[in-house]
Amino acid sequence: MQKKIRLSDAASQPTYDFSSSSKGGSAEALAKSPEPPQASSYIALLSAKLLTWGFGLWTVCILLFLYSPILLLIIYSFNDARYGIEWRGFTLRWYEALFGNRLLIDAFRNSLIVGSLTTIVSTLLGTTGAWLMYRYRFPFEKTLGALIFIPVVIPEVLMGAGLLLLFVSAGIERGFLTMIIAHTTFCFPFVMIVVRARLEGIDPHLEEAALDLGARPFQAFALVVLPCLLPAVFAGALMAFTLSLDEYIVTLFTVGAADTQTLPLAVFPLVKKGQTPQLNALSALFISGTILLVILSEIIRRLASGKSSRVEIYRKDVI
Amino acid sequence: MSDTRRPRFDEGRALRSPGLRGWLLLSPLIVWLVLFVVFPTFLTVCASFFRTDAYNSLVFEFTLSNYTRILDPLYLGIIGRSLWLALLTATLCLLVGYPVAYFIGRVSGEWKNILLIAVMLPFWTSFLIRTYAWFQILATKGFLNAALLSLGWISEPLDLQYTSFSVVLGLVYNYLPFAILPIYGSVEKLESELVEAAYDLGADPRRAFTRVVLPLTAPGMVAGFLLVFVPALGMFAITTLMGGGKILMIGNVIQNQFLGMGRNMAFGSALGTMLLAIFLVSMWLIALVRREER
Repeated sequence: MQKKIRLSDAASQPTYDFSSSSKGGSAEALAKSPEPPQASSYIALLSAKLLTWGFGLWTVCILLFLYSPILLLIIYSFNDARYGIEWRGFTLRWYEALFGNRLLIDAFRNSLIVGSLTTIVSTLLGTTGAWLMYRYRFPFEKTLGALIFIPVVIPEVLMGAGLLLLFVSAGIERGFLTMIIAHTTFCFPFVMIVVRARLEGIDPHLEEAALDLGARPFQAFALVVLPCLLPAVFAGALMAFTLSLDEYIVTLFTVGAADTQTLPLAVFPLVKKGQTPQLNALSALFISGTILLVILSEIIRRLASGKSSRVEIYRKDVI
Repeated sequence: MSDTRRPRFDEGRALRSPGLRGWLLLSPLIVWLVLFVVFPTFLTVCASFFRTDAYNSLVFEFTLSNYTRILDPLYLGIIGRSLWLALLTATLCLLVGYPVAYFIGRVSGEWKNILLIAVMLPFWTSFLIRTYAWFQILATKGFLNAALLSLGWISEPLDLQYTSFSVVLGLVYNYLPFAILPIYGSVEKLESELVEAAYDLGADPRRAFTRVVLPLTAPGMVAGFLLVFVPALGMFAITTLMGGGKILMIGNVIQNQFLGMGRNMAFGSALGTMLLAIFLVSMWLIALVRREER
């Protein structure tokens, strides 16, 4: 009863108590109030709720937009029809045909060669780089940071063209070496970002304690810091590998003879020609492989650090 | 996070200056960046002022002819179209992505992470395959036409594949995550008390949005727009596939001048330098709005 009186008192005063009027209870009060300003404020709250729901619905639609083409592709890679979208029953024959395709198998082998060497070099460069730039204060740290950041965001065609000019004018024949150099240039920054994020999360006194106890700087790094970093290093390596496998544009500019071409390069002309069931099968395999790798690296990192997902890193450092 | 830890870490400042060993260990990284990031960029800019001989070798002779050649109506047309399509793509990404970013920024706990990963995951998969995935949908006898026909909305299959529409669709599909993430970043920083205060002070949702939410998330929108606009401008693979080779963009011309038939690396470099200038200005703008935000 007392409460009600207070409410009606409040309603009669136009300038009442703004501070408490945002949560659910006060909305109820506003609903009962006969005063037009409060009533409209209640409508405002209600429509804000509706707006949030609307945005949620929209988000679901966008996720459908993002994933339904991929899902359709995977489903139809099992369709027993050479043309069209009519479902003619389940088959694995497109997958079988794929494993008999010499051209694609060779290209995949090349991709694995480039990808694994890129991963090794990127991981070495990225891990040591992240550690050194965290551990020491270098002059020109900002410039260095910007330079590392450039390969991540620069349009790929510019990177490809620049590297091509470099290799041509230096007289370096294009092939595995040039592809690995090009891939490493845009892969190692990702390793660096992941490792750096992990470094921020570990106690800096660990290393100092090791040094106080008589460890040499290298021992302190290898025996104390590195084990803490390993999950991040591994996650970064998986990211580098994924990026290298997927890369088309920069590879196009740095590839050598036809027998060194990687999988995306071999696939592009096929895609250009149009849809085939075999290509559906290849895409389904490739896309699920990538998604598994990404999820794996995410899980490793989460297990290790408990927080700071890849997306967090993106938000803070890349975008 | 780092800034609260860094001072403690710096107690032994003398220990923290790199010294010879630090520099030596970092030198591979520095050499790599100089050789494969700085130098190629420098070469591109230099080559744009050179002449090429009949064999497409660069001749060290200063000329501005590569830049005057850009003024050819043929190339101006392509540049104009690229700018228009990239602009359209970035605007669409912003409009489509904003509500998603806003929702993710407002949703709580574990859902936020799941949604973020769901939005980012396509970025890690091959854009080639993601573009290819649209073929079966857009084809004359594809899913979309089949659906529209069976609904009775159209009587003849539409020509959806290999049009400007499909090019923009392919670009939006590929670059949407780039627009969502920076906006999400801004939305997350936005304090919900500010929006509630706007409501309490009698603002309707539209006013609260235009007067409070929109200005405060503007930095994220600028970053999101540019992070779609610049790569879309230079993209040639998606446009080749989705446009069926009929819709040329700057990226296609650059690729052609470096790798195609009647190639001319110097001219390609001039176009590249132009794109580089747009890229650098965009990065500077992003850095500027980011500083404002803090």
